[in-house]
Amino acid sequence: MGASQSAGTEHEFQDLADRTGFSLEQIGNINKRFRQLSNNEETLSREDLASIPALDNNPIRAQIINAFFDKRNLHQNETGTVQEIGFEEFLMVMTHFRPAAMGITEEERENLRRDKLRFLFNMHDTDSDGTINLEEYRRVVEELLSKAGTIGQETAKAIADAAMLEVASTTRGKMEPDEFYEGITFENFLQILNTFDIETRMHVRFLHMDTATLRCGKSK
Amino acid sequence: MSVRVVLHSPSGSRSFLERGLLLLVMLIFLEGTALTLGAASSPDISAQDNTGGHEHLDDHQGIAGSNDRTNYTYTKKAFPVLSLDYHHIQVPFEISLWVLLASLMKLGFHLIPRLSSIVPESCLLIVVGLLVGGLIKLAGEEVPPVLDSNLFFLCLLPPIILDAGYFLPIRPFMENIGTILMFAVVGTLWNAFFVGGLLYAVCQIEGTYLSQVELLPCLLFGSIISAVDPVAVLAVFEEIHINELLHILVFGESLLNDAVTVVLYHLFEEYSGAGEVTPMDVVLGVICFLIVSLGGIAVGAIYGILAAFTSRFTSHTRVIEPLFMFVYSYMAYLSAEMFHLSGIMALIACGAVMRPYVEANISHKSHTTVKYFLKMWSSVSETLIFIFLGVATVAGPHAWNWTFVSVTVILCLVSRVIGVVGLTFIINKFRIVKLTTKDQFIVAYGGLRGAIAFSLGYLLDKDLFPMRTMFLTAIITEIFFTVFVQGMTIKPLVDLLAVKKKQEAKRSINEEIHTQFLDHLLTGIEDICGHYGHHHWKDKLNRFNKKYIKKCLIAGERYKEPQLIAFYHKMEFKQAIELVESGGGVKLPSAVPSQVSMQNIQPKKLPPPVAERALPQFTKGREEEIRKILRSNLQKTRQRLRSYNRHTLVADPFEDGWNDFLLKKQRLIELEKKMTEMSNYLTVPGAIPDSPTMCRARLASDPNAFYNIKASSDGVPTIQVDLASPQSPDSVNMLNEFSKEGATGQSLGQREGATGLGQREGADRDEDQGLMMKPAGKGEKGEGGNKNPGLMRCLSDPGPSNEDEEDEPFLP
Repeated sequence: MGASQSAGTEHEFQDLADRTGFSLEQIGNINKRFRQLSNNEETLSREDLASIPALDNNPIRAQIINAFFDKRNLHQNETGTVQEIGFEEFLMVMTHFRPAAMGITEEERENLRRDKLRFLFNMHDTDSDGTINLEEYRRVVEELLSKAGTIGQETAKAIADAAMLEVASTTRGKMEPDEFYEGITFENFLQILNTFDIETRMHVRFLHMDTATLRCGKSK
Repeated sequence: MSVRVVLHSPSGSRSFLERGLLLLVMLIFLEGTALTLGAASSPDISAQDNTGGHEHLDDHQGIAGSNDRTNYTYTKKAFPVLSLDYHHIQVPFEISLWVLLASLMKLGFHLIPRLSSIVPESCLLIVVGLLVGGLIKLAGEEVPPVLDSNLFFLCLLPPIILDAGYFLPIRPFMENIGTILMFAVVGTLWNAFFVGGLLYAVCQIEGTYLSQVELLPCLLFGSIISAVDPVAVLAVFEEIHINELLHILVFGESLLNDAVTVVLYHLFEEYSGAGEVTPMDVVLGVICFLIVSLGGIAVGAIYGILAAFTSRFTSHTRVIEPLFMFVYSYMAYLSAEMFHLSGIMALIACGAVMRPYVEANISHKSHTTVKYFLKMWSSVSETLIFIFLGVATVAGPHAWNWTFVSVTVILCLVSRVIGVVGLTFIINKFRIVKLTTKDQFIVAYGGLRGAIAFSLGYLLDKDLFPMRTMFLTAIITEIFFTVFVQGMTIKPLVDLLAVKKKQEAKRSINEEIHTQFLDHLLTGIEDICGHYGHHHWKDKLNRFNKKYIKKCLIAGERYKEPQLIAFYHKMEFKQAIELVESGGGVKLPSAVPSQVSMQNIQPKKLPPPVAERALPQFTKGREEEIRKILRSNLQKTRQRLRSYNRHTLVADPFEDGWNDFLLKKQRLIELEKKMTEMSNYLTVPGAIPDSPTMCRARLASDPNAFYNIKASSDGVPTIQVDLASPQSPDSVNMLNEFSKEGATGQSLGQREGATGLGQREGADRDEDQGLMMKPAGKGEKGEGGNKNPGLMRCLSDPGPSNEDEEDEPFLP
C-alpha cells in the first residue's frame, strides 16, 4: 500500500516536473514544505500561510498571500480567488520565481519577462479589471510603506501620484487637461518597466536548483 | 501701465544683486579650490624633497639667503623695489603647473570632436606625458621623479579610490560579491604564480642571458604584474558604457585584488632576502592575507561610522561637513597603510559605509560639494597619473630584454584568459545569471594593468633586486600594451560582439517602487518556501540597520524614512532645483514630467472642468503675467540672505530646510491648480498659509487666495501676513497711510517713495531680514499692499472681490 502510494507520488511528481520545469528534487523539497505548512493536509488555506512567523515583518504580506489564491496566477483563464490550494497550485505560483535558464532564446526571454511582470501586475490589479488604477496603485505604495509609520502613510499618496503621473506621461505623452488616464494597462506596465531587468532579478534560489532539468522543461 | 513698471523694477535690481551674489560664491569656490589643491599636494613637497631632487636648490637658496643678509648688515644698498626669487615658490609653483597642464589636457581632449571617441583619454594622456618628458630631456634638465611611490600612494591614488568607493553601486556589488571575490583572490593568485613560475622557467632557458634571475624575484614580479588596476579600468570602462554586471565584475575585481597584491608583494619581498620558504610561511601568508583584507575593511568601516556619527552634529557648521568626510576617509587610508593593511579596501569600506548615513545628515549643498570634490580630485589625479606614467617612461633607466618583455606580455594575456575561463566554469555552477562567453571575453580583455604596478615596481630595493630596471621596463611595456592595445580595441570589440550596454535611463519612481516591492516579494516567497536565502538575510540586515544603526548615526527624524520615501524626496528636490534653475515657473511643477498634470490621472470625483460653461479664460498674455509674478516670488526665496557668516554659505530655505522648500513647491502646485480653477470660477478655499513667501505669491497673483487670508486672519493686521518678519507698529502705520494714499490714487512715484521709506524703517529694526530683503520687500509690498487692486484691474478679472473690500483691512 505504502509502496504503491509512493510510486504514485513519484509518477505525479514526474508529471509535475514535466509541466513546471522544476527538478524532481526541487519538487520534493517544495512538497515537504507544503506538507509542513498545511499540517499534512491536502490543501493549504490562507491561515496556514499567514501563520508563518517570518512573514510578520513583511509589509506586503497580505498581497503575497493573496497572490497564492488568485486564480489568474494558477494558469487558468479565469478571475477571482480560491479559498484553498493544493500542491499543484502552490507549485504553479512558485514557477513564476524560477530563474532564467542559460542560453535561452530572445523569444523565450521575452516570454519569461512577460510572465514575471504579469505576476506583479496581477498582484497590483486587485479588482482584476486589467488596469491598475490610481486607487490600486496608491494601495500598493501604502502597503509598501505600511511599516514606516505615519510618515509612510502621508507620503505614500504623493509617491503613488507621482508614479502614476510618470506612467501617464511616458505612455501617453502630452495630454490635454480634460483627458483622463484611466489606469496602467499591462502594455503600459511592460513599457514603464522596460529597463527593469525582471528576468534576472525576480527569482528565488530553490534548494539545489538543477538548471539542466529546468532547461529541458522549458524547451519542451 | 503702472503695474507693468512696478513689476519690472524689482526684477531689474534683483538680477543685479543676483549677479553680485554669484560673483561672491564663485570667489569663495575659487578660493576653496586653490586651498584644497594646495593642501592636497602639500605632502608632495616633502616627498619631492625627500627624494633629493631639489636638495641642491635648497642649498643654493640657503646660500643666497645668507648673502642677502650679509649685504643688508654691512653695505647699504638701494632697497630692491622688485626682486625675483623663483626658488622661494618653486615647488608649489611646479605642482600647480603640473595640475594645470593635466587639467588643460583634459579640457583639450574634450574640445576636439571625435578624438575622444576613437582613442581613450588614458592613451592620449600617456602620449602627452611622453612628449612632456621628451621636452624636459631635450631642454637638458633632469626629468623629475614624478611617479615617485610616496607621491603616488599617498596623494594620487586615494582620491580615485575614495571616489570609486563612495559611488560604488552597492547593490550589484553585493549581488555579485562571490564572483568578484573569486576573480580578485583566486584569479590574482593564479595569475601571479602562473606568470611568475613560467617566467622563471623561460629565464632558465640557455641563451636568454637571464639565468641570474631567481624564482622568488620572478614570483614577486608576477604578483606585481598580475593585479588588474582600478585606475586604468575606470578610465577605459567609463568610456565604453558596458552593462552594469560586467562593469562591476571587472571593477570590483580591480579593487579587491589589492589585498592579495599587498600580501604577495610583502611576502615575496621578505622571502627574497631570506631565501628559503617553508610551509609555515605559506600558512602565515594565508593568515596575513585574511588580516590584511579584513583588517583593511574593519579600519575603513570604523572610520566610516565615525564620519557618519560626526556628521550627525554638523547642522550648525555646514561648510565644514565635506571636509569631515574627506579627512576621515584619508585617515582611514593612512591608518590602514600604517599597519600594511590594504588601504584600498579601507577606503572602499569607509566610503561605502559612511555614504547612506552621511547623505541623510549633511545638507544638500554639502552633498553636492562632496560629489564635485570627489569627481574633481579623482579626475585630476587620474590625469596626472597617466601623464606621469608617460614622463616616467622617458625618465627612467631602461634595460630592454626582448625575451623577458615579450614573454611577460604573452604570459599575462594567456594566464588572464585561462584564469577567467577556468574560474567562470566553476562560478557558473553557482550563479543563477550565468556568465556567457562574451562576458568572459570582456572580463578577460578588460584586465588592464596600470600605475599601481609601476609604483610597486618602483618601490623595489635596487640592491636586493639587481634586475629592478628590467622589471620596470617590462612593467611599463605591459601597461602600455594593455592600455593602448586592449584599451583602444575594447570599444570596437564591444560593439562588434553586441555586448549589452548600460541603459542610460534615469531611475524612475516606478522602478524604485518595484525594486522595493520585488525585494519584499522575494523575501516573502523565500519565507514561504522555508528557505533562508540571501533575500532573507538581507531583509534581516536591513531591519537591523533601520532599528539600531540608523538611529545612532542619523540626526533628527530622518532615520525613520524608508528608502522609497528618501528616493522620492530626492527626486522631487532635484526637479524643484531644475525648475528654479531653468528659469522656472514657465511650466509649473507637476511632480514628474510636465506634460501631464494631476487632473489627468485623478479619478473624477468632482465634475470635471466643463468647457460648455464658456467662461472667459485667461488669455496667453495674462497667464504669462501671472506666471511671471509667481516666478519672481519663487526666486525671492533664494535671494534672502542673512548677513555674511563664515559658517554658513547662504542661509536660506535651500540650505537647510529643503523640506520647507518642498512644502512651498507643493503650495505652488496647489496654486497652479487654483489658477486653472480660477478661470472657471471654482474657488477652492486654500489652506491657511504659514510661509510668508507663499503668502506673497498668493497675494500677488491670486486675488481669491488673498480673500481667504483676509477671512481667516480677522482682526490681525494683514501686513503681518504680508511680510517676511513681524513689523513694528510704526511701519504698519506708515503702510496704512500709504495704502490710503494708494486708494485715493496717488501717483506711482510717490507710492514708491513711501514704500521705500517704510521698508527702510522696518529693516532697521529687523535684523533677521538682512540686506537682500530691501529691494525684494519693496516690490512685494507694492504687490501685496496696494498694487493688488491694480493687478486686479489689469487682469480685468470679474472676480468676487472688489477694490473697497480689498482695502478694508488696512484701515485702523
